[in-house]
Amino acid sequence: MALLEIRNLSVEFATHSGKFRAVDGVDVTVDEGELLAIVGESGSGKSVSMLALMGLLPWTATVTADKMEFDGHDLRKISARARRRIIGKDITMIFQEPMSSLNPAFTIGWQIKETLRKHTDLNRSQRQDRAVELMRQVGIPAPEKRLQAYPHQLSGGMSQRAMIAMALANKPKLLIADEPTTALDVTIQAQILELLTDLQRDAGMALVLITHDMGVVAETVQRVQVQYAGQRVELQEVDGLFENPHHPYTAALLAALPERATEKRLPTIPGVVPGQFDRPHGCLFSPRCRFADARCIAERPRPASADLGYALCHYPLIDGLPTGKETAA
Amino acid sequence: MSEPILTATNLKRHYEVKGGFMKPNAIVRALDGASFTLTPGKTLAVVGESGSGKSTLARVVTMIEAPTDGELIIGGRKIGPEGASRDRDLRAMVQIVFQDPYGSLNPRQTIGQTLMEPLLLNRPEIGAAEREKRAREMLGMVGLRPEHFERYPHMFSGGQRQRVAVARALMLEPKILVLDEPVSALDLSIQSQVLNLLMDLQERMDLAYLFISHDLSVVRHLADEVLVLYLGQPVEIGPKEQIFEHPRHPYTKALLSATPVADPLMRKERIKLKGELPSPMNKPEGCSFNPRCWRRLDICTTVEPELQGHGHCYACHNPVPEDETAAA
Amino acid sequence: MTDSASQPVPQQTFKAPPSRLREFWSSFRENRGAVIGLFVFLGFLVVALLAPVLAPYAPDAQYRDALLVPPFWQEGGSTRFLLGTDALGRDLLSRLIFGARYSFFIGLIVVTLATTCGVLLGVIAGFAPTWLDTLIMRLMDIVLSFPSLLLALVLVAILGPSLLNAMIAIAIVLQPHFVRLTRAAVLTERSKDYVTAARVAGGRKLRIMFRTVLPNCLAPIIVQAALSFSTAVLDTAALGFLGMGAQPPTPEWGTMLAESREFILRAWWVVTFPGLCILVTVLAINLMGDGLRDALDPKLKRS
Repeated sequence: MALLEIRNLSVEFATHSGKFRAVDGVDVTVDEGELLAIVGESGSGKSVSMLALMGLLPWTATVTADKMEFDGHDLRKISARARRRIIGKDITMIFQEPMSSLNPAFTIGWQIKETLRKHTDLNRSQRQDRAVELMRQVGIPAPEKRLQAYPHQLSGGMSQRAMIAMALANKPKLLIADEPTTALDVTIQAQILELLTDLQRDAGMALVLITHDMGVVAETVQRVQVQYAGQRVELQEVDGLFENPHHPYTAALLAALPERATEKRLPTIPGVVPGQFDRPHGCLFSPRCRFADARCIAERPRPASADLGYALCHYPLIDGLPTGKETAA
Repeated sequence: MSEPILTATNLKRHYEVKGGFMKPNAIVRALDGASFTLTPGKTLAVVGESGSGKSTLARVVTMIEAPTDGELIIGGRKIGPEGASRDRDLRAMVQIVFQDPYGSLNPRQTIGQTLMEPLLLNRPEIGAAEREKRAREMLGMVGLRPEHFERYPHMFSGGQRQRVAVARALMLEPKILVLDEPVSALDLSIQSQVLNLLMDLQERMDLAYLFISHDLSVVRHLADEVLVLYLGQPVEIGPKEQIFEHPRHPYTKALLSATPVADPLMRKERIKLKGELPSPMNKPEGCSFNPRCWRRLDICTTVEPELQGHGHCYACHNPVPEDETAAA
Repeated sequence: MTDSASQPVPQQTFKAPPSRLREFWSSFRENRGAVIGLFVFLGFLVVALLAPVLAPYAPDAQYRDALLVPPFWQEGGSTRFLLGTDALGRDLLSRLIFGARYSFFIGLIVVTLATTCGVLLGVIAGFAPTWLDTLIMRLMDIVLSFPSLLLALVLVAILGPSLLNAMIAIAIVLQPHFVRLTRAAVLTERSKDYVTAARVAGGRKLRIMFRTVLPNCLAPIIVQAALSFSTAVLDTAALGFLGMGAQPPTPEWGTMLAESREFILRAWWVVTFPGLCILVTVLAINLMGDGLRDALDPKLKRS
């Protein structure tokens, strides 16, 4: 059984100039102990969909879903109180900016122990022991001393480790990491990614990694969900995705990577991600897609079959060529 | 090979930091002895982690800040610690493109005003009509449409803004363009558009690029030469092929191995670096990389290594042997 | 599923993003209090401008036959004097209408004076070397450390009681807020890349200070100016009430209050109406200022 199952999730924001649909009919399924990546550019709705799951969106957002189930609980009907019991215990999240995710007014130790106090019935000394153990688990040297430290006394990498320690405090079943290494240097990024994957493997915890970095995806995860303009456009195993992408957007994105370039000039994707005012009527990628035709502009595509990576495309690609065009023409 | 347009010798930039009450002032060696040359039509990439002095280097080369020591010769003119003169021609020769396209354009100026400002300030002899003509030409050159001339920056996407920033930098017909992480704030699909534009412009205008980046895959694609900085000091410099295929400094090798590769079938052995970048206020004795190095010898903790070699230089007492690097 | 191949290729047309002004207006409009405030403010402005046309009598014309006549709806009142008369037989409505002129005049002058000096000093402090910055800011701290009305009183006592001196005094009291605000805005803007870019392009210091940086600091200054307008009206009324501002027979609202203090128990209208005028004006301006802040200050924007 899936640990987390979301069907047809949509999020709309009320803005001064009308409604803005940030997430548009996205499905997410995470199995127990699985490692899933959600990849997309800015505006792809990758963070918003996870924040909606956590119930962390501002009041301007309207969240709708056909199904939103975590570990047998229906998160749509659940009370705020019951939700708080799950969020922060069974589902936790770490963010891009470790420096601003920690409260600068309290010590690291206080903040870790606070989550323990909220969700467990450990006593004072047990909490201290557990905090030290957690700090050791995430590879922070001299944990007893670092528990006394304030966030500004730690470097970016150490802060992110502390955030992970805090997220792990209650042995969560699902950890959502929102661009956990984007603000860090490459050598530190490698350390943090390794820490996260080790924890996922050893603790049997499911991990959702939100990122825009294809390199990180290739090296760490098992399954990849590609999002574009608030929609899921493809879902595949990582090897298949890089070898044989089925959605034109995924294919174009991979081709645009400098390290995959065969010539000096890089292949590009023309145009920009559609915003609030220029959302196409049919396929959202159609204005930028080199395979698009009249049908793509007029009609919204449906996801293809599983072996075509659920590609949200009228003509899913196989080996870089569109299929099914003859029948429509 | 053409003559270098810029020669930097042992360039240093130190900052004094107030130590507080009853404490001596500390000195931050943000940039500590960099030597390199820039050649028309070629790209020198500067790589390093945050705090390595990349941005300080950019500010010194652009003459926003004067070097505390060392020598900078641009187009045959010397710029020493006394700083750049108010010499318009010299300033016009080096222009810069910043990382954040949202902060680098004045929100209250139209694109046209932004493009014309450098001419207005530096070439007062050019009339208003000619100024506008040149700005419009430049707009077309960076791939923007004529109607964009009257618009304000907030109506543009990040990639378009970065094109405007490039256009502004080129208005004075500089010889050198300093690119301070020009694509790292952009989305992947936009990044390749801007990189292509930069390569086109370099070919067309024979520009020398100083390309500052932490993204090694971009550097590998674009650079001719690579300079690796660590704590303000160059640890390795050389032709791109040499640096990427045969890195000799342990730090370069670690940096390369830490960079994720977008190919799931090529999972490689990673060199794990211990710890993090020390503060530039209290650098370690000897080689500044020694506390994190896995090839450390006794000498590394006491004697600072000098840059050695010709063409491909590295500062290390115990460099990675050449045959070992081939696998990386 | 429809057969799409037979359909013609539709042109994909998109709405353009809204302009700045429209975005400002749509977010300002969302705040109902602000819109009401704006209309009340505009109403007062019209009244002030058209005072000689609207007022039934001259503000200083005395009608000896009608001393302390109550408003028309009360017993003994008549429609000859809609809001009644004061102790010297002057029509209250006319005096209030002309009073609006004074209030706007005062607000305008004080805010202009305070904003100009304050912004100038603030920009200089933001760009100045440390010693000058410290000097300016400590001076402002000293001004701010006095209770504002008390300081204004002291200044008026030195300069001599008159409307002009009261305005100068209030401008001096209000101006440190502008200095602080401008300096803070300048310091944030200054470190942005576009300012560096202007320097690389060869911009001189003065140009960078006033042409590049200042226009980007205006939003909070406009908000502060709007809110200071109400403070100016209020403080002038207070000084007038204390006899240190406008001198009788000027129909300034605060002075009117002071003149009629002794009749407060006998003739409620002579104190109530000027007081109400002050209250409504100040409230309207404050509401409007809050709306301006919501619409202009991106830090407080909701989406």
